[in-house]
Amino acid sequence: MLLIRCPYCEMERPETEFRYGGEAHLVRPLHPAAASDEEWSAFLYLRVNDKGLHAERWRHASGCGRYFNCLRDTITDKISVTYKSGEAPPSL
Amino acid sequence: MPEAVRRSILDGLAMPRNSAAMVAPCPPATRFILRGGREVAASVGPAFGAAPPLEPLRSQTVGARSALWMGPDEWLLIAEDSELALGAALEAALASVPHGLIDVSHRQGALEVSGPGAARLLNAGVMLDLDISAFPVGMVARTLLTKAEIVLWRRAPDLFRVEFSRSFGPYVVAILAQAASDQDLC
Repeated sequence: MLLIRCPYCEMERPETEFRYGGEAHLVRPLHPAAASDEEWSAFLYLRVNDKGLHAERWRHASGCGRYFNCLRDTITDKISVTYKSGEAPPSL
Repeated sequence: MPEAVRRSILDGLAMPRNSAAMVAPCPPATRFILRGGREVAASVGPAFGAAPPLEPLRSQTVGARSALWMGPDEWLLIAEDSELALGAALEAALASVPHGLIDVSHRQGALEVSGPGAARLLNAGVMLDLDISAFPVGMVARTLLTKAEIVLWRRAPDLFRVEFSRSFGPYVVAILAQAASDQDLC
């Protein structure tokens, strides 16, 4: 069982309370109708799929209900830091 | 004309107990989910009687009124008295601030778990550290009891209130009953 620190609850909570939310820091085109097909498909489908440190969204679904971001190593599954939505990823 | 009868989802269920802990149903209560920013918490306090706490996982109780922190912009308001006009009074107090106020009185049921073995009994399904130093009196957390989402609230060192979604009532009771009998065997 992983313990994940929720930045809103400010405590470590069991993994089963959380849901994975995909890659973090994706920016939706401000005017989707004006975006080219390439820009739109990149937003919808293209992901970095990094091996190693990965910025991703998680939701504290059975807790405070909030989305937050974290840096997780996709090789070791170790979550090194979690931070609130809207904050810049901390440099490690 | 047939009379309306108030039925609890827990009617007819045997309440779990063992040598160190006992479970009892809570009487019906009025409940609201309040959503909004800090100004919402400040506006609703005087009308409700208890000010919604801004500190995570804390609660504020004044008399029969309790405000429980659910999230950074979400509170559960529980009124254990029966003032029918409470919703209208809260709406009036919130009229000038953007907010969401939803009556969830009938969405949820509640149990009280008490006794020196209450924390141990709950820990059969709750994965949080319920030691008094880690989960002090007044602390509240929405969490899981095995598969059921609950709101766990410590009201006294040996007294917890468990709020559950109505349809999960029999499941929550069954989990606690199994744990109560298991823990008496060891």
